[in-house]
Amino acid sequence: MAADSNALSVALSLLINLDAALVDIVLLSLQVSLLAVCLAALIGFPLGAAVALWRFPGRGLVVVALNALMGLPPVVAGLVVYLLLSRAGPLGEWGLLFTPNAMVIAQVVLVLPILAALSRQKVEELLAEYQEQFVSLGMSRLRMIQTLLWDARFALLTVLLAGFGRASAEVGAVMMVGGNIDGVTRVMTTSIVLETSKGNLPLALGLGIVLLTLVLVINAAAYLVGEWARRRTG
Amino acid sequence: MTVLQPLDTHASVCPRASLIFDQVTFSYQGKHLLGPCSFTLQGAGPTLVMGPNGAGKSLLLRLAHGLLAPASGSVQWLPQRPRQAMVFQQPVMLRRSAIANLIHALAVNKTPRRQRQQLAEAALERFGLSRLARTPARVLSGGEQQRLALARAWVLAPQVLFLDEPTSALDPAAIKAVEEAVLAFQRQGTRVVMTTHDIHQARRLAADVLFMANGQLLEYTPATQFFHQPESSGARAYLRGELVE
Repeated sequence: MAADSNALSVALSLLINLDAALVDIVLLSLQVSLLAVCLAALIGFPLGAAVALWRFPGRGLVVVALNALMGLPPVVAGLVVYLLLSRAGPLGEWGLLFTPNAMVIAQVVLVLPILAALSRQKVEELLAEYQEQFVSLGMSRLRMIQTLLWDARFALLTVLLAGFGRASAEVGAVMMVGGNIDGVTRVMTTSIVLETSKGNLPLALGLGIVLLTLVLVINAAAYLVGEWARRRTG
Repeated sequence: MTVLQPLDTHASVCPRASLIFDQVTFSYQGKHLLGPCSFTLQGAGPTLVMGPNGAGKSLLLRLAHGLLAPASGSVQWLPQRPRQAMVFQQPVMLRRSAIANLIHALAVNKTPRRQRQQLAEAALERFGLSRLARTPARVLSGGEQQRLALARAWVLAPQVLFLDEPTSALDPAAIKAVEEAVLAFQRQGTRVVMTTHDIHQARRLAADVLFMANGQLLEYTPATQFFHQPESSGARAYLRGELVE
């Protein structure tokens, strides 16, 4: 118990003094997860809107697949990306395995279904309201997608934050494809696993506090955005 | 409301299009809801589509505007489909400012970018909404939203304007504003087709009347005749205030 409370005070001093190792790890985490979420949004939002808008054979399957993939176990995503990027894999030539880029790819795989499935839901709700007006104006599908994505912007921002939460808190996939290499691919979650098993509790705790704060801030932001949007757009 | 000035890009210079319904029926989930219905929309209007609730007035309007496809028969414009717009009972407003709603419609309409702002501002002014330009459209009152919907139709300079019960949820002042707008559209050559269940409103606005009951078109007669000597027994009963099925 004494050791634990001692670990906590050391952890706090690491945070307050902005310990270099800790800061590097936090920055790499943010960099990887932000990039992953942005890439996933670029593909996921238009994809979600397109699935909401088009009626095609097998659409039900696509919707179910997207919803199911929201719960994709991170280690499975990690395994798939590992197989793709490993030397013998189809994308082995790119030499991406055990680099931050590999971690970005793994997180995109994890986050993309969340962004696509949730944005499909939001856009579909909006479309039900807008459809007659859209047809009346004679809008093209492309224009409809633009309009719907913009009008769902507050809902989509919340979706984006949910995706970022998932990306930054995930450990299995980045561990497998990143390799947790010191100073290269070590992010908050993988460091916590490693440092805890090594008995280096202060660093693990310090990172845990940062991670927890991050998740709290994300959720507070999502809540505030929702409230503000409700008041502003009715 | 400010006096409405004609738009330069206007419809009156175009030859008048006529709308032909030929044996049109409509059904939904196996239930027969409308028709068979045949008529040719003629004259300058305004045409008021009247009848009790559930008569099929809104369906007729949606079929005419192309929002719904007929189950059988054909809906045809001659010589070609005119530019048209529709104003709904519940205005559909984008989650943006009032002026952004108009600019969006102009963008869809492929109006050159540099003209959009000016046209949108002019339309807001015409409909007395200038001071609300930056207000989110969906927090406007019902009457203001309906005026904004009319302004959106206005910037599109339609040759034909459909209005589906545009005043049924409004107070008298807002109803007056909408009726003035309808007449302004009409004055500048837009062919107005509007549904209402308000007989007094129809008397104020109609040049001719399409009377419907129970999914059937019972008559299509000039307003003066309709209100004095309607052809159908259904319309006679409706005008006497009886409950028509």
